[in-house]
Amino acid sequence: MTAIVAFLAGAVFGYGLLLSGMTNPANVMAFLDVTGDWRPALAFTMAAAVAVALPAYALTRHYGTSLRGHAIRTIDRTRLDSSLLLGSAIFGVGWGLSGICPGPGLILVSSRTLEAFVFVGGLVAGMFAADAVRSK
Amino acid sequence: MSAGAIPLWHSLAGGALIGAAAVALILLNGEVAGVSGILDRALHRSFGEQSWRLAFLLGLVLPAVLVGPGPISWQASAPSLAAAGLLVGFGTRLGSGCTSGHGVCGIANLSLRSLGATLTFIGTAMLTVACRHVWLRQ
Repeated sequence: MTAIVAFLAGAVFGYGLLLSGMTNPANVMAFLDVTGDWRPALAFTMAAAVAVALPAYALTRHYGTSLRGHAIRTIDRTRLDSSLLLGSAIFGVGWGLSGICPGPGLILVSSRTLEAFVFVGGLVAGMFAADAVRSK
Repeated sequence: MSAGAIPLWHSLAGGALIGAAAVALILLNGEVAGVSGILDRALHRSFGEQSWRLAFLLGLVLPAVLVGPGPISWQASAPSLAAAGLLVGFGTRLGSGCTSGHGVCGIANLSLRSLGATLTFIGTAMLTVACRHVWLRQ
């Protein structure tokens, strides 16, 4: 059941990304390009996603479990530490260079192009590198 | 850098679907729909209890496999994309999340941490694009 929910949620997520146009790096760049021809579309997509998810997270915080009774892992919501900010800053540089974040990156593999393969290869290698650094 | 105009309803409906997927994952499975975290843990352990992560990732790529990924205009050369991928992978793990985990789920969970992360990565991404204009004299 958990895997079926996850599979269907993944498919809805993937279709949403395709529909929003944010799997095309050019559309992401258009949002990041504040000194050029700026387009706000990504902000509308993000705002809609947050608006839909807000009530569900409020419910979850209230009950502390999922509707099927899973205990929700407590996530720190307040601490702004240096790993969080440095990591996010580095992610932003990679995002700004490519116009691709992890979700669209994986989806772009379906294009079976060299560009998608090298991006995801770098993505996976970068994750292993960070895990190695963090476990020290 | 060319980008066609995206109809407003595509932006909003696409975002609503992403939000709906996050709702299903937190309400039914008690999990956060953060792609970088799901990918990272799936790379380390993807069997038994962990198999839902692999299922999520397979679902994520399914629509694009079925209907095609749509138009793609690459914004960098293959070597630059490899370097960008490294930065995205390293940064999202060090920072514990990406656009989906912090930007959508974290902000929806009213997390100050996620808001700080999101403003940081959007900020450095915008700065990177602006620097590219100067260096490439575009």
